[in-house]
Amino acid sequence: MTTIVTDNCKSCRFTDCVTVCPVACFHYDDEMLYIDPDVCIDCSACIPECPVQAIFEDDDIPKDQEKWIAINAEKAPDLPVCDEQMDPLPGAEERKTELGF
Amino acid sequence: MAQLGSENNPLRVAIVGSGPSGFYAAEALIKSDINVKVDVLERLPSPFGLVRSGVAPDHPKLKQAILLYDKIAQSPEFNLIANVTVGKDISVDELRGSHHAIIFTCGAESDRKLGIPGEDLAGSYTATEFVAWYNGHPDYRQRQFDLSNEVAVIIGQGNVAADVARILSKTVDELKHTDIAEHALDALAESKIREIYVIGRRGPAQAKFTPKELREFGELEDCDAVVDSSELELNEASIKELGEKSNIGSKKIYDLFQKYSGLATSGPSSSRKARRCHFQFLRSPVELVGDSKLERVKIEYNQLSGDPFKQSARGSGEFYELETGILFRSIGYRGVPIEGVPFHDSWGVFPNEDGRITENDETVPQFYTAGWIKRGPSGIIGTNRACSVATVASLLADLDALDTGEEKTGAEILYPLLDSRNVRYLNFQEWKKIDLKEVERGEPKGKPREKFTFVDEMMSVLD
Repeated sequence: MTTIVTDNCKSCRFTDCVTVCPVACFHYDDEMLYIDPDVCIDCSACIPECPVQAIFEDDDIPKDQEKWIAINAEKAPDLPVCDEQMDPLPGAEERKTELGF
Repeated sequence: MAQLGSENNPLRVAIVGSGPSGFYAAEALIKSDINVKVDVLERLPSPFGLVRSGVAPDHPKLKQAILLYDKIAQSPEFNLIANVTVGKDISVDELRGSHHAIIFTCGAESDRKLGIPGEDLAGSYTATEFVAWYNGHPDYRQRQFDLSNEVAVIIGQGNVAADVARILSKTVDELKHTDIAEHALDALAESKIREIYVIGRRGPAQAKFTPKELREFGELEDCDAVVDSSELELNEASIKELGEKSNIGSKKIYDLFQKYSGLATSGPSSSRKARRCHFQFLRSPVELVGDSKLERVKIEYNQLSGDPFKQSARGSGEFYELETGILFRSIGYRGVPIEGVPFHDSWGVFPNEDGRITENDETVPQFYTAGWIKRGPSGIIGTNRACSVATVASLLADLDALDTGEEKTGAEILYPLLDSRNVRYLNFQEWKKIDLKEVERGEPKGKPREKFTFVDEMMSVLD
């Protein structure tokens, strides 16, 4: 069991999720957030926080997003931790509208 | 005197309660750019609040939040003063003298009542006491639950109701390698409960489970999840609710109910499991009936009315009775007052504005609050992190007002007071000794730990 950040976070990075993470398991790069599966405790508090529904549990992840399971696990540990809300990426609001939210 | 928050005059904060909110408040203070000293007071010898005594034993991963709390506790600015009850062993006024500010993070320790006749009959329990009992909370160690009935009823459809239902649904084999308290495992091994009814006031589109908790009912070794498909019919407002893109969680829950309703009607009855957990909607208990103990519950069917997302349940005037000897209510928690702190009686919280405690709409100097006692019992572990961070932001914004020029010595002045009152307090290092002993006790049984369930037992580890 783990929790994964997927496609929709790309170019948004709203970071609402990180404020409710009990264990600070989110990491970030210039594009998006990633969850470190070794630190995440699967509480799912972050899932309803995401304004673009980018976060899934692995047993509930859409087929076309499954590649993100490996990407989160690979990328997160080497990137800086994000445990406080940051400004969304420029253009995030437009992308949100584009995604239908 | 040096400026408050400088190296020679650290901001001294007392935090009352060592659950998640307390730890997140401590973390936020320690991470701030001023000098702080944080003393966390806990009424039990064991810290971590509901992560230890609320989170279900079969959810071990959630308890790993403790790894983070352990790390916070290692900070030199952090100090635990456990086995001390504020309002009894030490007064709120004394804390006002010893610390610049006090953050109350003492949670919601009591339950909301159904407010119906028969609620106090033997056999009618709160989910809280059952949860605390199977988790080995010392206050609930001596409780007895009559599990000799075939039918159990749980009122409420949130995650606590799901926890109670799941623990009653699981086999001993599914629980014996968890950190469930020994006395509870022994009692559950003798349970005769076969039919479990989880009853909600509103419809299947309004149930408050998380999809993850509900999904677990499809994976039980010897219990089937049962939903009658006729119960899944939706009114127009509920269809609209589930069609709303942002309401994806409720949609997932509804889909799971649909899946369970399909399972119940297919397959031969011989493949049925020993226990069944029924999810039922649009009903409210109106009376608990029995001579000396609970024998049956009178239930009224409800109807929903109102706009989407604002629907409320109203009795339809149609009733039936369900025979049962055991009922748990899980309809919300409320806080318990502490002498000297304003309390909002009908909400069961400490009244506050952005975490600053208020009395008659005026802020009370030095008093802050976070977590369930601040905002009511909603959200999960992580929700409290955002809540505590917000309260600490309010507190730090008040730094000038908190600097009265008076010297505060923090824990140093509390220890002699506690000694003179024969209170045996312990620090985090001492707690770690108890912790280690619990883990050792669990090893031969293949359990992550065997909890001490009496305060005396815990304290005797330190003798």
